Amino acid sequence: MSLDKALVARVAGLARIAVPDDQLQPLAGELSSILRWIEQLAEVDTEGVEPLRSVHPIRRARRADEVTDGGCREAILANAPEREDGYFVVPRVVE
Amino acid sequence: MSGPERLGLVEARARLRRRELSAVELTRACLAAMERGRGLNAFVTETPERALAMAEAADGRLARGEAGPLEGLPVAVKDLFCTAGVRTTAGSRILADFVPPYESTVTARLWQAGAVLLGKTNLDEFAMGSSNTTSAFGPVVNPWTPPGQDPPLVPGGSSGGSAAAVAGFLCPAATGTDTGGSIRQPAAFCGIVGIKPTYGRCSRFGIVAFASSLDQAGAFARSVEDAALLLQAMSGFDPNDATSADLAVPDWVGGLTGRVKGLRIGIPEEYRLDGMPAEIEALWARGAEWLRAQGAELVEVSLPHTRYALPTYYIVAPAEASSNLARYDGMRYGLRVPGRDLVETYARTRGEGFGAEVRRRILIGTYVLSAGYYDAYYLKAQKVRRRIVQDFEAAFARCDALLTPTAPSAAFAIGEKNDDPVAMYLNDVFTVTVNLAGLPGISVPAGLSAAGLPLGLQVIGRPWDEATVLDVGRALEEAAAFRALPPAVPEA
Repeated sequence: MSLDKALVARVAGLARIAVPDDQLQPLAGELSSILRWIEQLAEVDTEGVEPLRSVHPIRRARRADEVTDGGCREAILANAPEREDGYFVVPRVVE
Repeated sequence: MSGPERLGLVEARARLRRRELSAVELTRACLAAMERGRGLNAFVTETPERALAMAEAADGRLARGEAGPLEGLPVAVKDLFCTAGVRTTAGSRILADFVPPYESTVTARLWQAGAVLLGKTNLDEFAMGSSNTTSAFGPVVNPWTPPGQDPPLVPGGSSGGSAAAVAGFLCPAATGTDTGGSIRQPAAFCGIVGIKPTYGRCSRFGIVAFASSLDQAGAFARSVEDAALLLQAMSGFDPNDATSADLAVPDWVGGLTGRVKGLRIGIPEEYRLDGMPAEIEALWARGAEWLRAQGAELVEVSLPHTRYALPTYYIVAPAEASSNLARYDGMRYGLRVPGRDLVETYARTRGEGFGAEVRRRILIGTYVLSAGYYDAYYLKAQKVRRRIVQDFEAAFARCDALLTPTAPSAAFAIGEKNDDPVAMYLNDVFTVTVNLAGLPGISVPAGLSAAGLPLGLQVIGRPWDEATVLDVGRALEEAAAFRALPPAVPEA
């Protein structure tokens, strides 16, 4: 699979990453060469193989449904790029 | 002249316990070494005031007989572990001013054990890289760089700052993380020991996430015993990490014998790559001979899907990364670059906040997860990943541990391999399989290349069998008797 400029722009849009126009073409080349290399996986016979999602079968214990943390508004807001009256300030979403 | 900064963890601990050395003296010596070694760019943030306060408290506990297992021992921490009140950058511009309000479980365990934080070490941005050249805080210099060589050698990556700091005697030990080789490859490039335990042994809580099914914390030190001591304090169950294993942590230090008599050591034939440098092949054969001479039995084994491990990794890791890194949106913490509206603010924040390699991997991950491609890439990779795990299961039916080279070459120069992402990725050809299968692995310095640079051997073990990995590592360490020092470090 080879990516063209338009597809890179579309993927960058999905990933919410601004890519300057003059970098789309070089990026298309880099990503295409990585994908071509990845595509050798097609050779592997995986008929009937269950996809692996977790390397070790770990039994997960359930914990009691109780509040274990909280009451730390100041800590949560401490790194906010912009804040006001104990809230995050974010760009307007609804006009 | 050599001071306490040259001591390893176990030796320093004995002197602290005998009160021949104070934690403050030891910490001061390391802080001075860090200052002299600033040319390595191993640290993103030094924490001298905190270090001295922690050392003073440790001296108090030593005096009162309340010493923890790492009491008064200074360590460096990869800048991927959240440290409460100490800036944690992940080597990225997007987190350049981030000060976590909480502590990672692994580092909390270290402080609980009495360790002293010297500072946060440099790394590839979000741990994505094999050379520590993708850091927003500049590349790290390998202390083995021959005097006058420009550009200098890389320390490997992604935990390059930790490896360079330990190899350059700025600190006795350091934490790292390993997603595809990020502890073992820099350990090999810098001539020190690096261990990645079984997936699930160390909590991932509070470690900036890269690829959650592969990420695992581990330890750097200058001896196998020191690495075992640090790893032991880092390990253990944590309810805050759903993949943390509720298993007791064995006494690896107390149980370390270095005995390999009767062990079956597997030599995987597929690791004999075409075009592998002869000196790597020779080192590997020498390592096998050392173990045979100490009573181990060598067994030829096959891991047939080895060549598919890197392509599998470069689907699974970017896919998980694209999902994990979606949280950096400039709203609640981290960099915000305002745009006309919300979507443009996201895009500009992430466009300016992420470096080229991180951007590349997020785009690959976004692409392989996108509608219409998921089955062809991600699902296929998960199936091949199971094949790789099955290869190891079959091999471990015939042997107790595997011996391989750690990396296909010695350290290279900064800037080399930067034009070709795939050439850079090939650095991890021997280490990445271990992450895909969630196994424990160690790299031990085993010799020097013709150019005088360190080379490492890797031991891979069964899940949860760090003890055997450490014993085989110790046996290699004894046989190799690696005593060479980096050019910048004077003889003791």
